[in-house]
Amino acid sequence: MTLINNTITQNSRILSVGAYRPARVVPNSEIVDLIESSDEWIQQRTGIASRHIAGVDESLIEMSVKAAEIAIKRAGIGIDQIDAIIFATISYPFQAPSAATELAARIGANTAAAFDISAACAGFSYAVGMASDFVRNRTAKYVLVIGGEKLSDFTDPTDRATAFIFADGVGAVIIGPSDSVGIAQTIWGSDVQNRDAITLEPSFLEFKKGKSVADVGWPNIAQEGQRVFRWAVYEMAPVGRSAIEAAGITPSDLAAFIPHQANERIIDSLVKSMGLPDSVEVARDIRTTGNTSSASIPLAMDRMLEEHPELHGKNALLIGFGAGLVFAAQVVELPPKPQ
Amino acid sequence: MSVTQAEVLAGIKEIVVEVAGIDPTTIEMEKRFNEDLEVDSLSMVEVIVAAEEKFSVKIPDDEVTKMATVADAVNFIVAAAK
Repeated sequence: MTLINNTITQNSRILSVGAYRPARVVPNSEIVDLIESSDEWIQQRTGIASRHIAGVDESLIEMSVKAAEIAIKRAGIGIDQIDAIIFATISYPFQAPSAATELAARIGANTAAAFDISAACAGFSYAVGMASDFVRNRTAKYVLVIGGEKLSDFTDPTDRATAFIFADGVGAVIIGPSDSVGIAQTIWGSDVQNRDAITLEPSFLEFKKGKSVADVGWPNIAQEGQRVFRWAVYEMAPVGRSAIEAAGITPSDLAAFIPHQANERIIDSLVKSMGLPDSVEVARDIRTTGNTSSASIPLAMDRMLEEHPELHGKNALLIGFGAGLVFAAQVVELPPKPQ
Repeated sequence: MSVTQAEVLAGIKEIVVEVAGIDPTTIEMEKRFNEDLEVDSLSMVEVIVAAEEKFSVKIPDDEVTKMATVADAVNFIVAAAK
C-alpha cells in the first residue's frame, strides 16, 4: 500500500524572542591578569569589552527557564500549546536525559516532544530550520527553540586563546504558524576537514579509565583562532549570499544582519564581503555579551529589537557557524512587536 | 597565470589599504606587516584571504606565519602563481 500523509504545508515564522543574561558583568580588566593580556588587545582583536558570567550554582536550565518564559509570554500562547522543544547547546553537563526535557519539566510542558541538538555555534540556526520544517509540515504547531550555554563551565580562565571569548546566556524563540513565509529556506552544511579547529577534549571516558582532571585536564573549549577566523571570513559570505538568494531577495531588502557573535572582526568582514548596504542594521551584541555559542543569535536579536523597535517584522539574515565545523543561515522575518 | 612582482605589489597595496585603512604610499617591499604597517595577525588573515582570491593562489597557514614583510608575501605569490 502507498502511504499517505494528510499534511498541507503551512507557513512558519518566529513569533517571539526572549533572552536571559546572567546578572554578573565581567569586564576585560577582571580576566586579563590570568592571561597576561590587556583590555585594549582583547577589544582590538574581538570587539569584546565585557561579558555576562553565571554564578557557580546558576544552572543552564535555570537561565533557560527565564528566557523561555519571556518568549512564551510574548508569543501570547499557553505552555500547553507547545508541541516541541529543541534545545541547542554544547554545555549541558548530562548526556541524558536531555536539557530540553529538564526545561520542559521545569516550565510544565509535560508532554511536548523534547530533544537537544549539538551543532555548537550553528545550533540556533540549525534549530530554527528544523522548527520551521516541523511547523510547515504540521508535525508541530508551536515549537520552543532554545540556544543556551553556560560556557564558563567549559572554559579555561588561563587559556590565552579562549578565556576572553566565551560567556554565558540563553536566548529563546517561539516558532509557529504564519499567513505568509516568515522563515525562508535554511542553507546549511559542514566542513568536517576542519573538525579539529574547535574542540572540547578530553573525552569523559578518560575519567572512567581512572584518570583525573589533574592527569588529562577538564574538557574545556580549545580553538585555533586564526584558522577559524580564516574559515569564517572566507567560507561564510557565500553561505550568507545563498540564504539571501534562496529567500528571493537582495541584500538591500534586508533590514538586519544577525550573525553568530564570534568576533566583531568576522562580523565586519562578512558585512563587507556580502556587500550589505549601510541601511542594514548589524548586530554587535558581542561587545557586552562575548561569544555565547548557540545563544548568541537570539540574544543579539532580542537586544536589537529592544534598541530598534522599528525592526519588528522586518527581514533579517541569520548565520551561525562553529565547531564541526558546521554552519547554517536563513532569512527570517523578525518577530512582531509583543501585544 | 603568471604575474610580475610589480603587479602583485600593486594588488597587495590595494588589499592592505582596504583591510587596514592605511596610506598606500607607506606600503613598500621591505615594510613589516605587524611592526610597520599595523597589520595584526587577524588583519593578515584577511589580507591573505583577499590575495588568494585576487591572484588565484593557495597560501597555506604555515606560510602565512612566515610572511613578516610585504616582500615575503609578494615573492610567495609570484612563485605560486607561475
